[in-house]
Amino acid sequence: MKREVPIIITFLTGFLCVIAFFIPHPPLGDLQQRFLVWYAIVYGFTMVLGLDSLLKYNVKKITQRKEGWQYSYVLLFGLALVLVTGFQSWLKYGTPFELRSSFMYCYIHIIVPLQATMFALLAFFISSAAYRAFRARTFEATLLLVAAAIVMLGRVPIGKMIWSEIPVVSDWLLNIPQLAAKRGIQIGVYLGGVVMSLRIILGIERTYLT
Amino acid sequence: MRILDRLAHIDRRLIFLTIGLAVAIPIIMKLKMPIRISSEVRSAYETIEDLPEGSVVLASIDYDATSAPELTPMFRSFLRQCFRKKLKVVYTGHIAIGLPLAQFDLDMIATECGAVYGVDYINLGYRPGYTAVMIGIGREIRDFFAVDYRGVPVDSFPMMEGIHNYGDIALIVDFAHGLAAEYWIQYVVSRFGVRMFACVTGVMAPTLYPYLQAGQITGIIGGLQGAAEYEVLVGQPESAAFGMPAQSIAHLFILAFIVFGNIGYFISRRKK
Amino acid sequence: MNLLGTWIAAGLTVAILSFLYRDNPFYKFAEHLFVGVSAGYWVIYIWAFDVKPMLIDEFLRQAGVEKWLLIIPAVFGVMMLMRWVPRTAWISRWPISFTVGIAAGLALTAQVQGYIIPQIQATLLPLVSIGKTTSETIARSFNNIMIFVGVVCALLFFYFSREHKGALKVGSKVGIIFLMIGFGASFGYTVMARISLLIGRLTFLLQVFGLR
Repeated sequence: MKREVPIIITFLTGFLCVIAFFIPHPPLGDLQQRFLVWYAIVYGFTMVLGLDSLLKYNVKKITQRKEGWQYSYVLLFGLALVLVTGFQSWLKYGTPFELRSSFMYCYIHIIVPLQATMFALLAFFISSAAYRAFRARTFEATLLLVAAAIVMLGRVPIGKMIWSEIPVVSDWLLNIPQLAAKRGIQIGVYLGGVVMSLRIILGIERTYLT
Repeated sequence: MRILDRLAHIDRRLIFLTIGLAVAIPIIMKLKMPIRISSEVRSAYETIEDLPEGSVVLASIDYDATSAPELTPMFRSFLRQCFRKKLKVVYTGHIAIGLPLAQFDLDMIATECGAVYGVDYINLGYRPGYTAVMIGIGREIRDFFAVDYRGVPVDSFPMMEGIHNYGDIALIVDFAHGLAAEYWIQYVVSRFGVRMFACVTGVMAPTLYPYLQAGQITGIIGGLQGAAEYEVLVGQPESAAFGMPAQSIAHLFILAFIVFGNIGYFISRRKK
Repeated sequence: MNLLGTWIAAGLTVAILSFLYRDNPFYKFAEHLFVGVSAGYWVIYIWAFDVKPMLIDEFLRQAGVEKWLLIIPAVFGVMMLMRWVPRTAWISRWPISFTVGIAAGLALTAQVQGYIIPQIQATLLPLVSIGKTTSETIARSFNNIMIFVGVVCALLFFYFSREHKGALKVGSKVGIIFLMIGFGASFGYTVMARISLLIGRLTFLLQVFGLR
């Protein structure tokens, strides 16, 4: 019951999607479409799964006065703020996505700058990492370094100012050897993906049940 | 020798400061640089130019604030090109947290171009499920999007008359910072035979060259440079084109740091 | 109100950037706030774009069997949340297996039709490609050979079922050359992407401070 039923469900749904690819007509196509809609609904629930552990962890941190417990209040405040403004905007405008709503105000002035700046930090770290780690130790490492330098120059206007052929070389690198390397890697990855899908459908791969 | 030694051991905070200034100063000085148009951006631009008036274009917003500086200018240029060509834009997405960002642009460019909501463009919002939604639209868009992002039935909008599945969509344009562009190509373009080009971040762009060469997509607009090229082609250079001098100078400094690092490495190797 | 919002955004931007100096309370504040608001945002989004339009509104709109069939994904959704209680966590395996099965079934065909076949087709190019001029013929043929050799050798590099000796060793050595160029090009593009994000944030800050 705990293992057999899930394996049967996986087999039936996976097999249906494969068959409906070849025979998209009713009833198989209709059944697949219904399953896809259900999938979208169920998938939504998976996205709030983490909320429970986030709440438990931070409440525990506050009650046990663990290091940095004050910041857990900030986290819970942020969560409450968005939930309150979300439902308040809903009541006021009939949707939280009205651009004048308090929910969108939080989105634009809190979420966007925080998220964007968090990733902008990477510009500094990638520069520092390049300085420290990018060494022409071997022939292969030198190739990597030279290819990176050509693309970095070829993809910005200053590259053409330095030497008019840099963008041409950069385009060639991207369109020929880079393409070949990516394709070689990806063919391997997707062959692996096909095998993994088959293993899942046939019930050989069961790690998702643990 | 001492100077070279110092160059080889620069404090990381000095690197941070240099990169910060290398980006900030060109922005403050409002420097400008000429933009060269690459073939992959031109072919993306021409894909839209070749569409007849009234064609439906599906725009998928698969990015959020983490990549907005690269993708927002692309989306704005795309909207300008579509609205000028009198194309209909259906807008959806798979990154929930990014959708409102594009909604701001959509409203702004629509006002600028005189496009009307429900007549020239529509925002269907977000549905969880990624590939399931992509494939499901191939049968009937209303099975997933019976209402628009504000909960208004899509059948109440005149532009949605006759739009049911990919057979009614002339082109898909994906704005992506992750795997979404590849999903669109693999799950939709190949299965339903729709034309597509991708507007992606610099991180994702190299992954898409194999698809371009195989003819699965008609163009790639990659990174800030791609965005700047697209702005120039559409005839309205803005944030991407103005960002390119800062981008150029920052790249030069990073390359200089790599050279310094290598000098230090070779000096220390020789000492050993 | 907008002015206040702009200053809040600028303050939070500076708080995150302060991490470049060292970890500090301002950064920690901004970081925790980010996690909290993001989680709240997801809840609103799932309600607004999933549960309400696809379950509740549909249930009210539909009639007959269609209406009652919606109970199944609703129950699956609730079963998914059973993961929150350790004793009932096993119940979530049913909806998980449903999603895993569909994802595997869709991926199986998509990866073959959408990647493997078209990409192999695009690799099998004519090794001598006649152009309008001799130099064009040479360039096109050279590029086609490069793509073919590059793809095959990159695949050989990842072939671990046999020891890399003889022809296989040569092939994998050539493969690594292509891979390094590929990784280098990707790195170059990645640097570009990261700097672009910084340009976006600094442009915002400079605008707030009236410097742009």
